Amino acid sequence: MSIPDFTRKWASPINTVKIGATQEEGGTRSHTITIGGETTLPFLHFEGKTPHFPVVAMEVWDVPPKDWHPLLAEFFSDVWGDPASWAKKCEEEFGARLICLRLQGCDPDGENRGSEEASRAVKSVLEAVGSPLIIWGCGNDDKDNEVLPKCSEVSAGESCLFGSITEDNYKTLVALCKADGHKLISQSPVDINIAKQVNVLATDLGLDPQDIVIYPTTGALGYGIEYVYTIMERGRLAALGGDKMWAMPIICDIGKEVWKTKEAASSQEEAPQWGDHRQRGPLWEATTAYTYLLAGANIIVMRHPEAAKEVTEFIGKLMEESGSSSGSEEETK
Amino acid sequence: MIIIGERINGGFKDIAQAVKEKDKSVIEKWAKRQTEAGADYVDVNIGAVSNKVEDFLWMIETTQNAVDTPISIDSNKLEFVKRALETCIKEPIINSTTAHEEKLEQLVPLAAQHNASLIGVCMDEKGSPQDVNRRVELGAKIFVSATEKGLAPEKIFLDPVTMPLKFLQPQASYVLEALRQFKLLSDPPPHMVIGLSNISSQSKEVRLINRIFLVMAIESGLDAAICDATDEELVNAAITAELVLNKQIYSDSFIKAYHAANGRRT
Repeated sequence: MSIPDFTRKWASPINTVKIGATQEEGGTRSHTITIGGETTLPFLHFEGKTPHFPVVAMEVWDVPPKDWHPLLAEFFSDVWGDPASWAKKCEEEFGARLICLRLQGCDPDGENRGSEEASRAVKSVLEAVGSPLIIWGCGNDDKDNEVLPKCSEVSAGESCLFGSITEDNYKTLVALCKADGHKLISQSPVDINIAKQVNVLATDLGLDPQDIVIYPTTGALGYGIEYVYTIMERGRLAALGGDKMWAMPIICDIGKEVWKTKEAASSQEEAPQWGDHRQRGPLWEATTAYTYLLAGANIIVMRHPEAAKEVTEFIGKLMEESGSSSGSEEETK
Repeated sequence: MIIIGERINGGFKDIAQAVKEKDKSVIEKWAKRQTEAGADYVDVNIGAVSNKVEDFLWMIETTQNAVDTPISIDSNKLEFVKRALETCIKEPIINSTTAHEEKLEQLVPLAAQHNASLIGVCMDEKGSPQDVNRRVELGAKIFVSATEKGLAPEKIFLDPVTMPLKFLQPQASYVLEALRQFKLLSDPPPHMVIGLSNISSQSKEVRLINRIFLVMAIESGLDAAICDATDEELVNAAITAELVLNKQIYSDSFIKAYHAANGRRT
């Protein structure tokens, strides 16, 4: 008896978003990163195409992080305070091909840095590395609206991915990204309807849907991951079925969430029953990443270099039968 | 929801005059207005204005020059349909065949050959259906015959024949029940379409009747309608009905989201 053909032909693909611009494209990046373009659910290579690899972005801060775990400090404390060196280390030592610069230093509850310092950090990272950039504000709407215009200006033409717009705060960033040729992260609070609404609002202001990446908010393994997972899954099903306001690639901000959990952060002494914490932390981060990849994540922002390496290798294995050999990158010719 | 805009029809005075005088502007205006309002197809019907195929092709060409919305070829003359299929740029829909074997034999291979969709109206040489069973029987006959003759199931639109509420009141509920039974013909079900304006023919409260009947029909399985695409309340009602049925993901701006998703008016 033959097995019936149960594959589906979906109505429309996920949008393709290209981050970074090489010299010919008006930027200075050594390569670009292209994500999206799937015509099927994650890794169903027998059913449709996944033309571009999901990609790991490594997280870099503009200020020395006070609350990063000692396991992370081991790798990065020597470059804390210098985002350019930090980014360079991620690229050269840990093989990062996409850098996520978080302007945490602008947080009014922290160092409260201004737009001059923030844009200097952006510029220094652009000069130090060839990888495309994700530039994420500190998360305070008013402060981000004050700081990001300058950051957008100094990176004009580099086709960075800026984060993030929300349902209540999108006009400034949409205008900036349109003017300076950047892409945008649209953020929603684990809510499938608001995720769609933010995209409607942004495109209504004239932003091209092809310039948007969805950030549905991330929960760490054990901390609401299933809520985010189902939203990503439902959104992806709708997108493939023709819903253009959910047809954007998805970014998951993993490291930030994972390293807050006690499972990742507790030391051997605090939780001896959980085993070697040097393995446990990165494993928790990698496992969270695997889960989101299966839900359709296109970019995973991570912290621990070994976890990032593991996940990148895992992506390679999952993509072996995709027929896509070039990964997500295009080098300068 | 697949909306087929009904307005470019020789039955309307301005269209009849435009065809006679070869005045492109009227055709272009309605092509654009319907497309902007959300039409997925623009129906072109020459009516009794002319029996020259060239005039029909002129209407189609004028429409295609104004918009890139695909055409619904609305004619019962085989020669007109054949020539129109050669003229259409985007994959059109043929409006329509009946369950009459001779018509099916002519039109199904033509549709398949041109990658066109085909509306199958549930009537035959014996006339219009008067109950649910006859509608379903004829619908099944069209569906089976068309798929056997090589047309893909997703290219078939079944029309259960809508009749005026004012004169044939019980027929409206028969249409709704027929739609529910069409759903069982295949998985996924065939497309289902109605000529909506028939329901309100010669009644008062035309728009209200159209709107309510469309919503009820959508609940019964309808996913396409030949209707007044420029009736914003009608289109919004259809969009909302699909939202209620969980066919679209809710967002506060769901009307805008619908139109944006269809690459039109935002």
